[in-house]
Amino acid sequence: MKARPATVRIAAGQGFWGDWLEAPYRQVTGGPVDYLMMDYLAEVTMSILQKQKSRDPSLGYARDFIPLMERILPTVAQRGIKITANAGGVNPQACAQAVAEVARRLRLGGKLRIGVVTGDDLLGRLDGLLARGHELRNLDTGRPLSDVRDRVLSANAYLGAWPVVDALRGGADVVVTGRVTDTGLTLAPLIHAFGWRPDAWDLLAAGTVAGHTIECGAQCSGGNCLVDWERIPDLANVGYPIVDAAPDGTFEIVKHPGSGGRISVAGVTEQLVYEMGNPVEYITPDCVADFTTIRLEQRGKDRVRVSGVKGRPATDKLKVSVAYFYGYKAVGTLVYAWPDAYKKAQAADRILRQRLADLGLKFEAVLTEFVGADATHGPLARAAARLDELPEVQLRIGVRSPDKPAVERFTREIAPLILNGPPSVTGFAGGRPKPEEVVAYWPALLDKRMVEPCVEVVEV
Amino acid sequence: MKRIRLLDIAHARSGDKGDTANVGLIALKPEYYPILVKHVTAARVARHFKGMISGPVERYELPNLHALNFLLHGALDGGGTISLKTDAQGKVFSTALLRLEVAVPSAVPT
Repeated sequence: MKARPATVRIAAGQGFWGDWLEAPYRQVTGGPVDYLMMDYLAEVTMSILQKQKSRDPSLGYARDFIPLMERILPTVAQRGIKITANAGGVNPQACAQAVAEVARRLRLGGKLRIGVVTGDDLLGRLDGLLARGHELRNLDTGRPLSDVRDRVLSANAYLGAWPVVDALRGGADVVVTGRVTDTGLTLAPLIHAFGWRPDAWDLLAAGTVAGHTIECGAQCSGGNCLVDWERIPDLANVGYPIVDAAPDGTFEIVKHPGSGGRISVAGVTEQLVYEMGNPVEYITPDCVADFTTIRLEQRGKDRVRVSGVKGRPATDKLKVSVAYFYGYKAVGTLVYAWPDAYKKAQAADRILRQRLADLGLKFEAVLTEFVGADATHGPLARAAARLDELPEVQLRIGVRSPDKPAVERFTREIAPLILNGPPSVTGFAGGRPKPEEVVAYWPALLDKRMVEPCVEVVEV
Repeated sequence: MKRIRLLDIAHARSGDKGDTANVGLIALKPEYYPILVKHVTAARVARHFKGMISGPVERYELPNLHALNFLLHGALDGGGTISLKTDAQGKVFSTALLRLEVAVPSAVPT
């Protein structure tokens, strides 16, 4: 058995699908790291990928993961860095195959093992589960999934760290997964490297907090940080975070020397409370972490120490994310200039709404915002700003409906306002807005025993 | 007594879970945390966001981080992909909360 390392360094490479493409490359080349963690999946990403897979069975994963791997695999292989990524989406097998092809092209055949984690995809099993009495009630509304069963596009259970641990134990250098939790991608390497036990709840909670801290990439290393934001150095070269962890569950958040950004208690705290529910029970498939036990300490420049994390046993449920077809929406915009920019935009909104009503168009929702006045802070902004002197205001009006023709007709009612509505209007270069399909998210819980993760490790 | 904005004594970050926005409100200095606990109650925050949210407000305390976490239910016009809002993911409810004014003793240095 290999000796346990004294510390393990896990670098965050992507905080979401579409994150900065330079980050993973800089993470593996900018200094020592043991693992690269990349989180690709947001709540509705799975449904987009499912749609791609239904058109082409070889798709359904985060495609830009492949050119990225092509760029970093030589370095990764040379330095012995291992990768955990949920880029597999609804087709981890195809994703792993594409990575294998790239690896062979890079002459890494025989030198690289790819782990594939599946078993999260419930789409084909949905009717069976419903028939057996698993109602998959919506966690927010309490409604049973049968309400929208005929419109379901994808259904995935959130798997935790353990299947990823199994892949690493099987010798995988790159682990490609479907819907594994963001935190599990960081926790798994820690479990694997330090040999943490399945009931070591405090350690698992510490690893989960580590995962939560870096799962949004630079959002804990200076990005989107309000405190002293103008003096955060060199965001153009922002360093993505690295967890430097010890076997006792304590860890430091650091970044590569010479990179931009800032790692401060303030910034790490902002990330810890991001998307937080009840802080006493941060529930994952692996444990329940208590965020009120976290201790933070600035240990030096760009170095924050995290300790004290307590955890409790995992629940017997897994979260399930279901995506279903909801309807259509479209958003149109026009820009009005001084003088009376806000009043003109308001007048245009009234005229547009009257025309929609006169046409007999029915919408589930019509929402008007005045960008530059109240789009972000609503009535709080209106109370605070001098609205009569605004230099320009963007009228932004959106509609939502199950009725596609109604939404399409709406999109044709924006441009006419330029010539037949209030004056000093511009900003229509983008053309008519397009109706968009709305895919909605249905969160539910499922008995853990109903889900069997599957792990394969194959040599390239 | 003097009136100050939360912006003077706190920072914040917000995000979404479905149709709920969360705002983590963090004291800029540990000594400001008791002011937040005392003045920035769930009821006060609900009044602050009147007209912007359709559901109740919940508050959780994280004394270890000198932070409060607020859940603003019904804040996002259905949330996620359904929402027609510019801020469909509740990203800037954070600074909207920092507009709130509280009355503190004049001796509090800000």
